Amino acid sequence: MRRTTVVLLSVAGLLAGCLGQVRDADPTRNADATDVTLTITANAVAGGKNARGADWIANWVIPRFTEAQRAKGVRATVRFEQNGAGDEDFKTKVALDFKTGGGGDVVELDGIWLGEFAQAGQVEPLDDIVGAGEVDAWDGWRQIPDAVQDLGEFGGRRYGVPMGTDGRVLFYNKELFARAGLPIDWQPRGWDDVLDTAAKLKALPGVWPLQLNAGTAMGEATTMQGVLPALLGTGTAVHENGKWQGATPGVRDVLSLYRRVYRDGLGDPVLQQEAKGRDRSFALFAEHRIGILLESDYFWRSVVEPRAGVARMADRDTAVGWALIPARAPGAGVGGQDFVSTSGGGVRVINPNTRYPRQAWELMKFLNSAEAVKSALAGAAQVTQRADVNDEVLAGDPMLGFIADRVLPITRYRPGLADYPKVSAALRQATADVVAGRSPDDAARSYHDALVAAVGADAVAGG
Amino acid sequence: MSAGDRDPAGLGTPRAIGLVAPALLLIGLFLAFPALWALYIGITDYQLTGPAAAEPRVVGLDNFATALDDALFANSLRLTALFVLGSAVVGQNALGFALAWLLRGVRPVLRRAVEGVVLLAWVLPGPVVAYLWFAVLSRDGGTLDLLLGRPGTAWLVEYPMASLVVFNTWRGTAFSMLLYTSALAAVPPSQLETARLAGAGGWRTVRDVVFPHIRGHVLTNTLLISLWTANDFTPFLLTAGGPNHESEVLPVLIYRQALDSGRLGYASAMSTLLLVGNLVVALVYLRLLRRRA
Repeated sequence: MRRTTVVLLSVAGLLAGCLGQVRDADPTRNADATDVTLTITANAVAGGKNARGADWIANWVIPRFTEAQRAKGVRATVRFEQNGAGDEDFKTKVALDFKTGGGGDVVELDGIWLGEFAQAGQVEPLDDIVGAGEVDAWDGWRQIPDAVQDLGEFGGRRYGVPMGTDGRVLFYNKELFARAGLPIDWQPRGWDDVLDTAAKLKALPGVWPLQLNAGTAMGEATTMQGVLPALLGTGTAVHENGKWQGATPGVRDVLSLYRRVYRDGLGDPVLQQEAKGRDRSFALFAEHRIGILLESDYFWRSVVEPRAGVARMADRDTAVGWALIPARAPGAGVGGQDFVSTSGGGVRVINPNTRYPRQAWELMKFLNSAEAVKSALAGAAQVTQRADVNDEVLAGDPMLGFIADRVLPITRYRPGLADYPKVSAALRQATADVVAGRSPDDAARSYHDALVAAVGADAVAGG
Repeated sequence: MSAGDRDPAGLGTPRAIGLVAPALLLIGLFLAFPALWALYIGITDYQLTGPAAAEPRVVGLDNFATALDDALFANSLRLTALFVLGSAVVGQNALGFALAWLLRGVRPVLRRAVEGVVLLAWVLPGPVVAYLWFAVLSRDGGTLDLLLGRPGTAWLVEYPMASLVVFNTWRGTAFSMLLYTSALAAVPPSQLETARLAGAGGWRTVRDVVFPHIRGHVLTNTLLISLWTANDFTPFLLTAGGPNHESEVLPVLIYRQALDSGRLGYASAMSTLLLVGNLVVALVYLRLLRRRA
């Protein structure tokens, strides 16, 4: 028996050793290698999710970069690890990759994950991986506005290069609006406006008037394209004065809004509870069966995009309209705003485990060069990280122009804190409760308790 | 005493050890090590990302205490019990036996055909079966809606557990059917004949003549399919535990805690509890079996 204990303890010790591995960063590792293999990991796949980005990496980045390196006497092989997963699944995959010392050399992440990965030591500051001199010397930084650079920073240090940002609006179907006798040039001034319009759309058979992401199955989409913009519309940010919003009046208002949408038959409560509900909501919108949908400009660029979108809409350009998300009432939004939005954005990081830090940085600079960024757009509408590219491509595209001119000035970013995912999960659960029939007050109480359990009573406001 | 008496099978010889060692090594590598690893992670606050991923702390039995106090864990425990009882103990067992019993007297050609079709459900990979049932249970032109004339019924959302029970029953029935077919072949035909002559009906024959003969098979089968069902992850593909945790059986809860919420330590503790639960169930069955022997 004693021997068993000794064996168990030594195995446990061994395991403990494995958990706390520490890596030594060495920016000069393989700096002079002439035969180099690099891998790019992204949540993009040819013919599927973010198809445009996938095609760009495969058909533009890899051949051009290889060619440019050959001119310098370096034989570079670039692999592209494609993924077509849900955002949460992709995050899990990358975290597991990093944890086990694997993963691509250059990895595309959602900016909101950066803090968590940084705190886990799974990504490290660019200065440590590549060397401060190399990083500072890049002329691309001057083209990236400070606000956008924030996306790639954590704790005051640069971890990655932002890939651009986005903004959220209310997309609506002009064709359905016309059929319901509503003006197709629409801009609601408050929540009641939206709900009244939705009530009129209800007259159309086979159409759900409004889709406001809710529940746990939708993942972060519920928070980012639902709760947070609504919460900003009540005048409060989810993290204010060092505290998370618990069962505050703002949160209660938001849950009451959910109740009005899903218990008054304006939105489809079943859709919010399906395992693949978000994908289905995209398909329904593309089939002209959803009237109003709160989404990021990603929806326009990659979902209903007529050629490569995941839920293509041949008549997108004529049928889809967009409007600013109104605060609960004019002036009631955060900072006294009439309209609100939330923004996020992607970041490219270099894997600290890379065998070729210098060459990975070369690739990173290449990916973020003006020429590359412009080529990635392939003539489509997207706010990029580079001011010089934006100046050139912003002109002439109404949707892109709207996001850049009207949405970005009023938008808010999520707090890049390690506790954010727990808060987000609790908010999703609260909306799931309301959709399932619990009263907003009841759901708010449970939410508050869950939040206190997750982050501690000191960090929670309201009650 | 001669050497042969002490070690009649020659297990202590170098040759025997050499033969057993690779198997032991594999068991150690692929079973014992991961199990110990999971046990160890279960007593830490290890996370997928964030500060606790860099420096996990040993927190003793905190995770186990949290689990036992967690309403979601209790909910999943109840759902798992329901899933096992409904789809394995009752569903697969009863349907499998009924099929085996009914196919006894059928002509061999026809019997093989039926068995082949049923077996297909068993050999199809889980994700394939899940997508198949997705099409059946969907509210958007799903087969079941069409058959019942109830368009727009989202079975997976409105009756998630019932859907899962039907799905798993369908999937696993073939195994029970095959097992019972071979078990029934061992029942002496003379006894069945006697029962028939004595005028016993089908039910009485099964209860009084057949069952005592195949009791061991029933127990073994029930044990196996219960454990498989308790550890089955395919429900995730159908409902992802939703809506609102209504079909969140334990493997799904564990997955969500580990990989959605990143709480690896907590999830490991819950898997350990699931393992203990499985062991207890197995012990109960084995005891019943031995009592019979």
